[in-house]
Amino acid sequence: MAKITYITHDNQKHEVEVQNGLTVMEGAVQNDIPGIDADCGGGMACATCHVYVKEDWFNKIPKKEDGEEDMLDMAFEPKTNSRLSCQIVVSDEIDGLEVNIPSKQA
Amino acid sequence: MIKTDALIIGAGPTGLFTAHQLKLIGLSCEVVDNLDKIGGQCIELYPDKPIYDIPAVPECTGEELTNNLINQLKPFDIKFHLSERVEEVQKENDNWLVKTNNGTSFSTPNVIIAGGVGSFEPRKFSPKECEKFENKSLFYSVKDKKIFTGKTVSIFGGGDSALDWAVELSKECSVNLIHRRDEFRGAQATIDKVHQLAKDRKINLYTQYQMASVKGDKNLESIDIKHDNNKIKNLKTDYVLGFFGLIMQLGPIANWGLNIDKKTIAVDTEKFETNQKGIYAVGDICNYPGKLKLILSGFHEGALAARACFKLARPNEKYRFEFTTSSKTIKERLGVKGD
Repeated sequence: MAKITYITHDNQKHEVEVQNGLTVMEGAVQNDIPGIDADCGGGMACATCHVYVKEDWFNKIPKKEDGEEDMLDMAFEPKTNSRLSCQIVVSDEIDGLEVNIPSKQA
Repeated sequence: MIKTDALIIGAGPTGLFTAHQLKLIGLSCEVVDNLDKIGGQCIELYPDKPIYDIPAVPECTGEELTNNLINQLKPFDIKFHLSERVEEVQKENDNWLVKTNNGTSFSTPNVIIAGGVGSFEPRKFSPKECEKFENKSLFYSVKDKKIFTGKTVSIFGGGDSALDWAVELSKECSVNLIHRRDEFRGAQATIDKVHQLAKDRKINLYTQYQMASVKGDKNLESIDIKHDNNKIKNLKTDYVLGFFGLIMQLGPIANWGLNIDKKTIAVDTEKFETNQKGIYAVGDICNYPGKLKLILSGFHEGALAARACFKLARPNEKYRFEFTTSSKTIKERLGVKGD
């Protein structure tokens, strides 16, 4: 289990416990956290689960694999700390992770 | 006005197999899709990605699956209306009157929505004021490249569309190519060509930049682009092109009086009918307890919805269940010899 804080665009904090092995995207969808669309269901094919990862965490979590950066080209307002939340797998190591959700996904 | 026993919205795998099922039981059908090609998400999002959970097909790509489904429809004459989006669905006596954005209209007792997550639309620039110039001097696709001759065109994006147009338009116009990072995704040959053209000063390359704002009163005059280090650069430009791929939008489906929750439509599990009689939803877009967003589930849902269509299309006939292995009627429809 890891505690993950999702911060929506209007600065609402949603703190949830997410099971290890799920993705940060699934953690959001299962807990009805607004702003993560995840249209393709985790296939890294749509860029609608885009989040911003706080700088200190960004370097700690596993790096992007091939293809994620390509998809981020299509995301809404990507920044240097952008990630697709379907590609961040939850584990004890990311307990306490904070992600910001953009104002919209497209 | 086209009269048909059933109209399918969406030419993805579920829509295609539903068409097969309708034709097999002797009903006519037509298919509308907003994309310019058949295949839906399989062809637009993952043509090359292997799929491993289609029954009896150990492995196939999205493109192969689509081609196989199209082949399976070969015995039948089915009209596809591509690059058309269904805008309106209205009740007219016992039928549904369906209109597309191209002005095609259908009259049918059965509408089957096999729309996936909605229709594919171009992803747009984030600054709000970009809308003001959309389809005038700011475009998400190129219809007539002649309008750009001799002008300055600013192209955004890092994929094949952006690169191809940058190369092509650099012959007749002054081209700015703007991308959010240094790496491009696209055919290596095209990437090399772009870098060569940039070296020869035929293309002005701005990487690690994104659109910040568009300027101009009546006509577009210039754009501000913002570097990752927050510095703003102003570029004079006559036209802007954005190539950020496609996104799925529920679109007009939301206005047809259906029970929609989280972009999916509630249906029963007997007919896959919505809260409106004669409107069904199958595949990823439908929702019911236990729903799985699998292609195989879409096939099952389409098969049942097709049988439900029979009742409304042939109110005076009784539907008789038959197997393709033994039914003479079905073999005739398939154009295969009986034994």
